[in-house]
Amino acid sequence: MAQSFAQPRRSVILTVLMAGLVAYSLFPLLWLLISATKTQDMLGDSFGLLPAGPFALFDNIAEVFTHQDGIFARWFGNTIIYVVAGAGGATLLATLGGYGLAKYRFRGRAAIFATVLGAVAVPGTALAVPTFLMFSEIGLTNTMWSVILPTLVSPFGMYLMWVFASEAIPTELLEAARVDGAGEWRTFFTISLRLLAPGVVTVGLFAIVATWNNYFLPLIMLSDRELYPLAIGLASWNADAVGIGAAPVFHLVITGAVITILPIVAVFLLLQRYWQSGLSAGGVKG
Amino acid sequence: MPGRRPPSRRVSAAGWSFIAPFLVTFAFVFLAPVVYSLYLSLFRDQLMGGNQFVGLTNYTAALTDPRFWEGAGRVFLFLVVQVPIMLAVALAAALAIDSGRLFGKRFTRIALFVPYAVPGVVAVLMWGFLYGERIGMVGWLNETLGSQVLAPLSKEWILVAIGNIVTWEFAGYNMLILYSALRTVPGELYEAAAIDGAGQWRVIGSVKLPALRGALVIATIFSIIGSFQLFNEPNILQDIAPTLISSSYTPNIYAYNLSFRGQQVNYAATVAIIMGVLTAVIAYVVQLRGTRRDD
Repeated sequence: MAQSFAQPRRSVILTVLMAGLVAYSLFPLLWLLISATKTQDMLGDSFGLLPAGPFALFDNIAEVFTHQDGIFARWFGNTIIYVVAGAGGATLLATLGGYGLAKYRFRGRAAIFATVLGAVAVPGTALAVPTFLMFSEIGLTNTMWSVILPTLVSPFGMYLMWVFASEAIPTELLEAARVDGAGEWRTFFTISLRLLAPGVVTVGLFAIVATWNNYFLPLIMLSDRELYPLAIGLASWNADAVGIGAAPVFHLVITGAVITILPIVAVFLLLQRYWQSGLSAGGVKG
Repeated sequence: MPGRRPPSRRVSAAGWSFIAPFLVTFAFVFLAPVVYSLYLSLFRDQLMGGNQFVGLTNYTAALTDPRFWEGAGRVFLFLVVQVPIMLAVALAAALAIDSGRLFGKRFTRIALFVPYAVPGVVAVLMWGFLYGERIGMVGWLNETLGSQVLAPLSKEWILVAIGNIVTWEFAGYNMLILYSALRTVPGELYEAAAIDGAGQWRVIGSVKLPALRGALVIATIFSIIGSFQLFNEPNILQDIAPTLISSSYTPNIYAYNLSFRGQQVNYAATVAIIMGVLTAVIAYVVQLRGTRRDD
């Protein structure tokens, strides 16, 4: 604790100011939660921040999962697949790569590092259109692979792991293992991985949130509704609701949004001890 | 002196084997698309003669295309207004939470961060509803006050409305990056400052802000990239307010529409490359300026 030597006095004014910011952060979510309990008719006829009309949350949830032959469940399952394969793979590759760059000296290392660091500055979305064009040429578009493969590479995740591994693993430890005759991969799995754990959780969580929330990449890659992740599915329901001759399903968009948010927020809250310590322990010293 | 020995071939090979999986994937989904779109940008589908090599024609066309510059100017305006506001909010929040003078510090930290975990699509849908007259809070507010006080979904205010959504999504994320950097300041620095009789503002100015510089540079670079790539928010708002968002509202929307609605793949690749280069250059300049003051 940085300031344990002198406990500063609490300030009411500062707390009130920050409470305003907290209210700004939370009020749209509060509106969403309350709106998910309303029927479609009551959404327009009642004040947004107070419950009104019959409590329709469970009816709404049931309708979300039965609307259009239950495609929402399909989208949910797809999202899980994209997260496990894409974010899981990205974390694995970033961990191995960052560790390799931090703890091994070999020819070409500096060039690799410069390339990857340069890639951090290349925006992912600028890359999405070219990637689509290339994938379309080799027939990968409109498959699950078209969403999973680009997700696998996270230059920033690799950079974070490189910084983290440099600090968290003493080189003498690896030297000692070598003297004892342990192979490099065995050393990695039995010793290094444990020390890297907070970094892995941090990189993993940010990869999970990026994949769970990804919109642009699947939007351009996928044309088949059956392959959509939740984010695109919800946006398509919303788009159904406007325009000429549209049948609005605002209550389903809102309830579906709540169902989309809850798992990812829960993951963050449950694991916050680990990822916050991972961030502090060296991730962003810059 | 075992430490001085050059790495053995075995160790060197092991180093490569750790990095190889990343590099192979990187080459396939990062380098290859860049090279491929560079190639595409040098060709054009002609009515007569099919796909022909046209040199830099696409680039000169894009650089003199008013629709491209209209979008680029818009994201630049967005960048110079929204990013400083968002980072100032994030910085103030990080300093306030780190000061130890808040009641409910943990709750504050988490509450501010939660919007980042909310999918961007949901954030835009939510704010889109709130902005609306039909079921939103804006409609309710205007009705209650009996006049048109707020009109976020109008030509004058739509960019501000988008700025608000982006600020809402990322202020807490940036706060956390800055707060994490503050946590790494060694306690002795504060003790030394206290012994010197430094007040709180003095500590912020001469201890905390210098310690934050690296994290601020990173946050700024990511915000610049985010602004230049602006897509999700205007694209989804287009469903709600179709007349306000043109097909070249931002360069990224322009590139998207060129390749998916207009079938102008070569020109889309050119626009994407120009924006990528512009972004990288600005990010690089910020990084240089941000780190130069080190010495």
